[in-house]
Amino acid sequence: MTPLVRGGRALAALAAFLAFTSVQRQHGQGTHIIVDVAVAAAVFVLGVVHWLVTRWAFDGETLHVETGLLRRDTKKVPVARIQAVDVVQPLVAKFLDVAELKIRVAGSGKEERLAYLHHDRALALRASLLAAHHGLDPATPEPPERPIATVPGGRLAWSVALTGSTAFLIAILIGLGVVFTVSEKAGFALVTAAFVYLLGLVTGVWRRFNSQYGFTIAQAPDGIRVRRGLLGSVAETIPVRRVQAIRQIEPVLWRPLGWRHLQVDLAGVGKRDAAGGSGSVTKTLLPVGAPEVVAAVRAMVVDDRGVVLTAPPARSRWKAPLSYHNLAAGHDRDVVVAVTGRLRRVTCWVPLEKVQSVRRVQGPLQRALRVATVHVDVAGRRVDASFKDRDVDEADRLVDELATLSRAARSRTIPGATTAP
Amino acid sequence: MSDEPTAPSTVRGAYGAMTTGDPAAWSRPSQKLWRMRMVELAIVGGVAAIVAVIAAASGHAVALAVSMACVVAVVALLVAFTRRRYRAWGYLEREEDLLVRRGVLIQRLSVVPYGRMQLVEVTAGVMERLFGLSTVKLHTAAARSDARIPGLEPDEAARLRDRLAALGEAKAAGL
Repeated sequence: MTPLVRGGRALAALAAFLAFTSVQRQHGQGTHIIVDVAVAAAVFVLGVVHWLVTRWAFDGETLHVETGLLRRDTKKVPVARIQAVDVVQPLVAKFLDVAELKIRVAGSGKEERLAYLHHDRALALRASLLAAHHGLDPATPEPPERPIATVPGGRLAWSVALTGSTAFLIAILIGLGVVFTVSEKAGFALVTAAFVYLLGLVTGVWRRFNSQYGFTIAQAPDGIRVRRGLLGSVAETIPVRRVQAIRQIEPVLWRPLGWRHLQVDLAGVGKRDAAGGSGSVTKTLLPVGAPEVVAAVRAMVVDDRGVVLTAPPARSRWKAPLSYHNLAAGHDRDVVVAVTGRLRRVTCWVPLEKVQSVRRVQGPLQRALRVATVHVDVAGRRVDASFKDRDVDEADRLVDELATLSRAARSRTIPGATTAP
Repeated sequence: MSDEPTAPSTVRGAYGAMTTGDPAAWSRPSQKLWRMRMVELAIVGGVAAIVAVIAAASGHAVALAVSMACVVAVVALLVAFTRRRYRAWGYLEREEDLLVRRGVLIQRLSVVPYGRMQLVEVTAGVMERLFGLSTVKLHTAAARSDARIPGLEPDEAARLRDRLAALGEAKAAGL
């Protein structure tokens, strides 16, 4: 199964490239096609070789994967270090009823991939891996999940249409249309010049729709199960324990409709995170939803009923005239909530047990106004939650409180000093 | 570490100790750091003066005087600013966390719990090595944790590093 699927993606890219070049070139197509077909054949052969030399075995405690022809690459994944197992089906794989297993391992940079098992086999292996990880007999069937929400396709389409990049794309297309009516030659020249850029925009919009189509969230004992995808489907698990921050975004174009977008930051090594920080991975928890659905999904991850949001003092308006309207923050024993942004309103929830450090920053204007900002940092590079422009007494008190409360929250979740795997 | 007075437990108290100049509370980088910064400024000022002389050599004596005066003024401002910046750097080891304070225009205070320290880095650039100093940097899982203390003497840097590493391991918490 593996070689055809591996070659499939390359063939699709090749076909697109061929179409593009044939639009541009007038002569000498014959030789070019031969070269491209040869490349596709080479990729196919490589895929066959890769498939022949890949072997895997699961003995209840460790997953062994062996790949490589010239250099044998043996990976042993102990079940204790598994953080999540996702089942991914790209488009070609869907036709052939095969799936790929992506295993996120603690302490490793990239995900381990086991390419192209039979779909049922992949699901069964996933269930055994997770059962073994939780210390149960690998033959235990997967625990049932409780569906929470689904995003209807129409709403997703509208939500993708109402984003900045789509609006930009439409504007460009309208502009091109205008240029075409004025002068055809100039229109063609513009199209060829901007083709790659347009292609990028269109691909971005399409990719977003494709990857979030049919978004379904369900609650399972080992985390939040997410199923999504139009042409290729993905089934992933978001472990609630590893959520560092959850973010709710309200873009300006969605505000009249009341739609919101939820993201979570998960602990783990992000892509090429070099200088400092363990990095984090950002996953979409809900691409678009009405307020009640969003609140229900959010309640699965964080409990913020005890938080009272307060606004910064009136004089902070001098420092942040535009965003003052929305600025608010608050905390209770377990979670910090912060709201920022004017056009694009972002609310960030940070569980206090995930706080890495607390920082108090005061710029010259803030010093004149006797205000300061208190930041609460979590793993990774994304924007943290912050109490912006608070009165200095309140800021000092907050630094102490947050440091103490985060320590207390840490000791509540992890009794005794242990390092998580 | 045994007979030090208890560090102030609140940020207010810690800041108060800083302004009253209570020596027992905040620790500072070494005096040699100030000398190192002066040497750096002298080098920069010298280069700027030479450039100014060369640039104004073709013109009148007035142009030369004006450019030299500019260089002198800028260097003087830099000296004053660097002095304030050097005085503003401090660190305070508390029971559960480390406070690091720095900055003149933008004043920053970082509170890093020992249990969250993932990496304690001791580095020394060229100038620092010449003066026998080093910088201690703390890394947590957050990329924005920016606690660093430059200009520490070797034994102080080693003491800090070992203490932080030991405390970090003892109070470690998972992600």
